[in-house]
This record gives sequence, structure tokens and C-alpha cells, in this order.
Amino acid sequence: MFIAAAAALLISMLFALSRAFLGPSIYDRILSVNMFGTKTVLLIAVLGFMMGRPEFLDIAIVYALINFISIIGILRFFEYTHPPVVNSSEQNGESDS
Amino acid sequence: MNFMLDAISWFLLASGCFLCITGGLGLFRFPDFFTRMHAASITDSLGSGLIIVGLAFQTPGDWLVVAKLGFILVFIFFTSPTASHALAKAALHAGQKPWQKQT
Amino acid sequence: MRHILFLTAGLAFLWLANSGHYSGLILSLGALSIAFVVFVTIKMKVVDAESQPVRISYRIPLYWLWLSKQIILSNISVVKKIWFSPSSIDPAVARIKTSQTSDLGRVIYANSITLTPGTVTLDVTEDEVEVHVLCRESLSLLQNGVMDQQVKRLES
Repeated sequence: MFIAAAAALLISMLFALSRAFLGPSIYDRILSVNMFGTKTVLLIAVLGFMMGRPEFLDIAIVYALINFISIIGILRFFEYTHPPVVNSSEQNGESDS
Repeated sequence: MNFMLDAISWFLLASGCFLCITGGLGLFRFPDFFTRMHAASITDSLGSGLIIVGLAFQTPGDWLVVAKLGFILVFIFFTSPTASHALAKAALHAGQKPWQKQT
Repeated sequence: MRHILFLTAGLAFLWLANSGHYSGLILSLGALSIAFVVFVTIKMKVVDAESQPVRISYRIPLYWLWLSKQIILSNISVVKKIWFSPSSIDPAVARIKTSQTSDLGRVIYANSITLTPGTVTLDVTEDEVEVHVLCRESLSLLQNGVMDQQVKRLES
């Protein structure tokens, strides 16, 4: 039954990943990656129970910490290094300021 | 008693997984970044909460595991609003316009 | 002093609950690292009422219970929107008055708004929060100020 839970989590991670590939603006991508990270924490926890080794929870805690710090770091980078975009469907990053 | 605990645990896990898939689907059915953020907020709040509480029911008596699950839950609940607030503020700062319904 | 004791107790709980090994060597290493962390935080002068909210800590479980109820209710409405009627959403941005007086209260209020699906805080100022809502009904729920009162009660 843990396998079913892990499969459901993997399906929703697939949704998040494809939105990260499609996402029109950089913020859609960051949002999807953040969601993907939260799912990864849950997946590690479920896998730990599936294999009967709850020590995996330590890895899940560390992954949650890394996920939060990396999202904040990426946001700090993009908030101040990119020119403001006017149209959300337009890719930012290529245009110069 | 054990059967009851198992049933509660599986019910919580199943509904948590359903909420996670719903959040992933919401990323595709909503029109712009700000509305997609509400969909992602489902998986961050109740989805992860239900899955972790469901896992905690699987280990009766093992308090260390329950405490670690509790740490993960509290950490997700403290950081996910911070992350989405930072994300929304950065998007506004970059000039993203919230989508409005055409009337 | 009360804040330092509170911080030490919290760190000790964190160590004991995460380690699982209770031999003499590991426990003394834990005591050493707790002492080091407390020393560094005192040097940094961050041990005060804001980082160690002792006053509200015994009321917060009740608030969490109330907040979980709100989260479940708003989750149900957003899930319904995603599965059955994604075209019925009506997003809006609005500014809402708050009665919070301290920074801690404002942060708790803004984070609670963001944590409930369907509402996201965009900006926080002295006496207002700017929110983005998924549909206008949840805006009126925020404007009648129930959550504001709950957070206010937490700090009294």
C-alpha cells in the first residue's frame, strides 16, 4: 500500500515537473520546483516506511531545510538581477536592461 | 485496535495523496501565476499534513519516529508561507500582473 | 534570562528527540553543542521576546487547532474549484485592515493568511495587509476579521 502512496506522489511530481518545463514565466518554474521539493520530502518519508527503515526521516528533514534555503536563494537572485517583465507570456532573461 | 489504527492511517494517506494530485492538476487548470500559487498551497498545507499524520499512525509506540515526523510537519508549515510570500513579492516586483476575470 | 532558559530547553528537546542514542559520550557532545549555540546567540543579541515568544507559546496549540479547521474548510472549496469548475474563479487583489500592534502579530497573521489555500499575502504594512484571493467570497470572510481577532487574542 505504501507503493500506491509513492506512485501517487510520483504522479503529482510529474505534474509539477511538466509545469516547470512549460511555465511561461520564471516564477511559475520556481513555484513548481518548490512544490517538487515538498513532494520529494514526503516521498523520502514514505519510501523510508516502505523499506522499513524510518532512519530515512533524517534525510527528509535535511532535504526540507535545503529546499527552503535554495528557494529563498534563487528568489533573491532573480528579484534583483533581472529587468522587470511587462508581459508574463514573454521569456525574461534574454533581454538586456 | 491495530486494525483501527491501520484504517485511519490508510484513509489519511489516501486523502493526502489525492490532495497532492489535485494540487498538481491545479497547476494546469488555472490561468496565471498567482492563481497557480493557490493550487500549490493545497499540497503544501493539507496534503503534506495528512500524509505525515498518516505515516505517524503507522508506528505506534515509536516516539522518536513520531517526533521526527512532527519536526518535518512543523518545518513545512513554517517555511511554506514564507517561501510563497517571497515568491509572490518577487513576481509583483518584476511586474507580473494578476489575471482578472473578463466581464 | 527567561528567554535563554526557554531557548536551552528547546534545543535540548531538539537534540534528544532527533538523536535516539543516550550514551554518555553522545549526551555530553549534545550538551556541548547546546552550550555553544546558546553562547553564539547571546553574542549575536538575538535572544529576546521576538525570537523566543514565551508569552504566546502556551496558547499556540489552541490557535493551531483553530487554524487547521480553517485550512481544511478552505482546502475543500479550492479542491472543488480545481476538479469541477476551474472557470468559476474570480481572483482579486485587496487591502485589508489589521489591528495587530506588534511585528510578531503581523507576521503570524500574514503567514496564517498565506497558509490557508485561496488567500495569499502580497505585502504587509503597518496597519494593512495586501492579499490576493482566488474568489471574492473568501475576501469577505477575511474582511470580517475573525482571524485577526484570533491572532490578537494570542498575544494578549
